[in-house]
Amino acid sequence: MNQRTRIALFATVAVVTVGGVSAYAVTSAADYQQRHHRSPTVPVVPDPPDPHAPHHVATGPRIVFRHTGIDDHIGLVASVPLDDPGGPRTFTQVACDRVDATEDRASCLRIERGVVTTYSLTEYDADWRPVEEVSLPGIPSRTRLSPDGRLVASTTFVSGHSYMQVGFSTATEIRDFGGGSHGNLEKFDLVIDGDHVAPRDRNVWGVTFVDDTTFYATVGTGGETYLVRGDLAARTLTSVADHVECPSLSPDGTRIGFKQATRRDGQTWWTPAVLDLSTGERTVLAGETRNVDDQVEWLDEDTLLYGLARDDQPGVTDVWELDTRADAEPRLLIEQAWSPAVVR
Amino acid sequence: MYITLSDRPASSRRTPDGRRRRVAPVVVTLGFVSLVTDISSESVAAILPLYLTASLGLSTMSYGFIDALYQGVSALVRIGGGWAADRGGHPKWVALVGYGLSAVARFFLLFSTGLAAISVVISTDRIGKGLRTAPRDAMISAATPDESLGFAFGVHRALDTAGAAIGPVIAFVVLWWIPDGYLTVMVISLGFAVLGVALLGLLVPDRPSAEPRPERRPLAWRDVATPGLVRLLLVAGALGLLTVGDGFIYLALLDRGGFAAHWFPLLYVGTNIAYLSLAIPIGRLADRVGRATVLIWGHGALLASYAAVAFSWSIAASTVIALLLLGTFYAATDGVIAALAGRLVPPPVRASGIASAQTVVALARMASSAGFGVLWFAFGPQAALVVVGTVLLVALPVARSAVRRLDLRSVSPG
Repeated sequence: MNQRTRIALFATVAVVTVGGVSAYAVTSAADYQQRHHRSPTVPVVPDPPDPHAPHHVATGPRIVFRHTGIDDHIGLVASVPLDDPGGPRTFTQVACDRVDATEDRASCLRIERGVVTTYSLTEYDADWRPVEEVSLPGIPSRTRLSPDGRLVASTTFVSGHSYMQVGFSTATEIRDFGGGSHGNLEKFDLVIDGDHVAPRDRNVWGVTFVDDTTFYATVGTGGETYLVRGDLAARTLTSVADHVECPSLSPDGTRIGFKQATRRDGQTWWTPAVLDLSTGERTVLAGETRNVDDQVEWLDEDTLLYGLARDDQPGVTDVWELDTRADAEPRLLIEQAWSPAVVR
Repeated sequence: MYITLSDRPASSRRTPDGRRRRVAPVVVTLGFVSLVTDISSESVAAILPLYLTASLGLSTMSYGFIDALYQGVSALVRIGGGWAADRGGHPKWVALVGYGLSAVARFFLLFSTGLAAISVVISTDRIGKGLRTAPRDAMISAATPDESLGFAFGVHRALDTAGAAIGPVIAFVVLWWIPDGYLTVMVISLGFAVLGVALLGLLVPDRPSAEPRPERRPLAWRDVATPGLVRLLLVAGALGLLTVGDGFIYLALLDRGGFAAHWFPLLYVGTNIAYLSLAIPIGRLADRVGRATVLIWGHGALLASYAAVAFSWSIAASTVIALLLLGTFYAATDGVIAALAGRLVPPPVRASGIASAQTVVALARMASSAGFGVLWFAFGPQAALVVVGTVLLVALPVARSAVRRLDLRSVSPG
């Protein structure tokens, strides 16, 4: 092959490649437009009659969540009445990847796409007006408000960016709503099985609040996970059980819902479980056979909620409910939904 | 007065025959191969965490596993790439296999949805990266006269890093246009990978240099292990053990809170921009004052970046200064080590010599990361940086006296 043939061949490859890639991009853009300019397939509460109302705000007992239908409302926070979870959903204009809410406050973790993707936590008031926005160091994972809404916890996944670095860890923080941070929980004093320890590989994730001083969370170190009871005033984390991930305190404060790790087919597999705090009795809810990677939420004293991705539709998730009896079978509660938060 | 090799080009920017110094066309072509390939890999790297977690619904733990693979695999196959290039005498074809493997990996990424499949695809991509690096650097080295080697590597690394900067921008534009367009980003990435392979395969000659074709004979380690290279490997390995990678620097800044926490995802972009803009001037400087000298001063910049993070100035000043110094460090070491190593061994084993140096550095930095993790949690990030920095401060003069004569010890006819 002489040089002219080579140049001609390269030009041909370049034209075919650029043409093919452009055609694919234009087609998928048109496809996206078509998919995302349709109305939700689930029932929706119509927009408020007053066009000047900033947001359509739902009140009363409800489940707040991220809508995940592939339509023109994707990603927006919506809510359904607690007594009619399958009923029409009321939409806000706020998009979140993770959301938690109380009667008059909400916390929202968001992935902000940009030349470099950034991440943020925004605190909202009862009318979904932003009160405070802070940047987060990594991919949003969990957020919870304390029962009265005065504290906000967030967990993100942080990864280094070069060579064989520490790779991957969590950053979990508690903030005053509308105020400052109490710092990374990794810096709190850690007591495991009665010993003060400071392991180099500790990670903390999945906060659930008792009140404005006390909370539970998971500490991972040395391949083990522990349920710790945290004291925000004393800045301590004290282990109370092991093999507990992403705790969630029941409404009456007596039990912890969580996900329990097992190995299956060489992979970590998580199954919902419940721990009675006074007796230490554990119930693994093996009726749920799918891999649950979510911080569970309590619907009521005997029912857990969690999100699960659909196998056949990337990006679409549903919220499932599961009784806390050992043999209970999961049931679909809210379709096209993610990150449920129950406001009682 | 006497003239040494190292200060010969310092008198002017023009070559002895009066022409302005340029790099060989093949260096620029290889630079563009790296540019489009880096656009390909960095556009996907920018969306991979979101694609895996948000779209495929893999757990973030799985993402951590894949991230570790992404960082680790390529260091180990690098020596293999260097040996294969020297043994066959055709660095271009070994490099082409490397670029080709990554392009094939991009293709299969389109259809991979599980953790196992994606792990295989990422490993293949990184094996390709490991294979191609040393043969490509040997080709740059072979095509360039000795006095402008630093400049040539500077041009190549600047183009390479430009690709790494453009990739995420393309990914962003696509996701802005098609918010769930992860597959579109991957198809575009595949397109750039194909362009890189075609550019290398069709427009880069197999033997870019006019050097005589070496006789085919079995390669032996003693051909590679010239006294000069062994000395460089020892020094580069020792300094590599004292190199706390940029990821730790970012995490140390993050640990101090404030400014750095808000900008954390952007920190490596800042380092890249500094590297991109300094690669050519520092490469030129290396040609004038000596590459081993610049290598040592580059580690001086690294030491200064530790100080910027460890001592309590304002966090904003620490961050900006640390990123600038890290960019300087990479500009003064990455291409410079390849330029230096390629001249310390005979031309027939050049790729092996470059691969040895790069592998030693990569392995030393991996060991350093593991050790630094222990120091971090024993003493905290700032004290740990002070410890490593103090050792580096003592090591630098020793390293300098060990390598200062390497600038004069070229084995190549030039």
